[in-house]
Amino acid sequence: MKNLPYQCNNKELAVEKNNRLPPDTTKLDRIVIIDEQPSYSQAFKLVLTRDLVIALRHKDDFLNPLLFFIIIVTLFPLGVGPDVSILSRIAPGIIWVAALLATLLSLDRLFKSDHLDGSLEQLLLSPQPLFILVLAKITAHWLITGLPLIIIAPLLAVLLHLDERSYSALFLTLLLGTPVLSLLGSIGVALTVGIKKGGVLLSLLVLPLYIPVLIFSTGAIDNAALGLPYSGQLAIIAALFFGSLTLAPFAVAAALKVSTN
Amino acid sequence: MTILAKKTLSPLISAKQLTCIREERLLFETLSVDIFAGDIVQIEGANGSGKTSLLRILSGLSQPYEGKVYFQQTNIEDCREQFQQNLLYLGHLAGIKGEMSAEENFSFNTALHGNQNCHHEDYLSCVNLCGFEDSLASHLSAGQHRRIALARLYQSQAAVWILDEPFTAIDKEGVASLEALFVGHAKRGGCVIMTTHQDLMTINSSTIKKVTLDYDYGSMRI
Repeated sequence: MKNLPYQCNNKELAVEKNNRLPPDTTKLDRIVIIDEQPSYSQAFKLVLTRDLVIALRHKDDFLNPLLFFIIIVTLFPLGVGPDVSILSRIAPGIIWVAALLATLLSLDRLFKSDHLDGSLEQLLLSPQPLFILVLAKITAHWLITGLPLIIIAPLLAVLLHLDERSYSALFLTLLLGTPVLSLLGSIGVALTVGIKKGGVLLSLLVLPLYIPVLIFSTGAIDNAALGLPYSGQLAIIAALFFGSLTLAPFAVAAALKVSTN
Repeated sequence: MTILAKKTLSPLISAKQLTCIREERLLFETLSVDIFAGDIVQIEGANGSGKTSLLRILSGLSQPYEGKVYFQQTNIEDCREQFQQNLLYLGHLAGIKGEMSAEENFSFNTALHGNQNCHHEDYLSCVNLCGFEDSLASHLSAGQHRRIALARLYQSQAAVWILDEPFTAIDKEGVASLEALFVGHAKRGGCVIMTTHQDLMTINSSTIKKVTLDYDYGSMRI
């Protein structure tokens, strides 16, 4: 019995539990070379649910950026004074800059913890195409950080006396803009994941890429406050969104391969 | 699907003329090795001699400075998807998430490598984790952590196993059953490539192929 391959060393325990025996792997067939087409949607769902489960158990992940966002926005009326005209003038900028910094704060978690415990290696070596797994991780990151910001932003806008005509513009720019922040940011994280203290480098890499989103989003909200059309700015943000959605996962996959080399 | 013959003439994995440089230090150069189905390969060498680097190159995680790795005589760069379907790599980091339970970790890792819906309880009991299925991995000991990752070996259909220090933090009994598992895998037509500082107890030493990395890197700085 001692030299049988695949022998389990705790048969008693296994039998105790519902009389279930460990699988009889001695009768396994010979190894064959597997050549199957993996399912993209299954791989996507698998990684997405894993990341969401981890975030729900590790509540810092989504509470930290959200609290940061709320704190920045609420501090402004205290610092600038309660003057309605000034606050409503700077409200779009405050909300967007806070959203940008909150996203930047949360980016580090995207690949860092996976890199530290070795699960990034397992993702890289899985037979699924890496860009699908990366896209799932970025989607999870947006659901954890971007979505709560979109939900809480209208409340904070009230605090800043944002013009009531701007609410739909605020909502739409955040809806299209925050995924861009997650997508572009993930490229920076992937490039710096192998570096021990990559935090400063990450900000320097990512912030310039965020500027177009900031300019067009605040421009759209300002236009809306004046009753002007803002579909032009919105179209540009949408273009940024679809551009980064299609290209960023490939860039991230390539960057991860380089930085784990 | 290609069924491997009992002792195929062509190697499962072959490394040709590998050179590895880390931190401006030459770890090994023009290293060539052929690994056939049924081989158990132990890579030996002092700390820092490049064992992990070699394993990472063989698994395709790192690029060698020079040289190429072939899987069934195709460059692994050209058949990455097929190679990774047939590869099981366990690094010295186990790849286990502390926030997830033993069962969730195991199911995720197997599903990621293409095996859905297997009976995780059976395989976790193979590595003595009966009753720990629902414990969060962060509450388990270092050895148990490692065992969650090792449970995948009992379930794996991959032909190529690349294991970096698989026996770290594993007790004697566990090591013995892992060794039996390796022998069984080799008999089934797979191959095992590993590094370990321990002597293998139950495996006949004549059946193990040894690759020794003893390049005098101290005097060979470039």
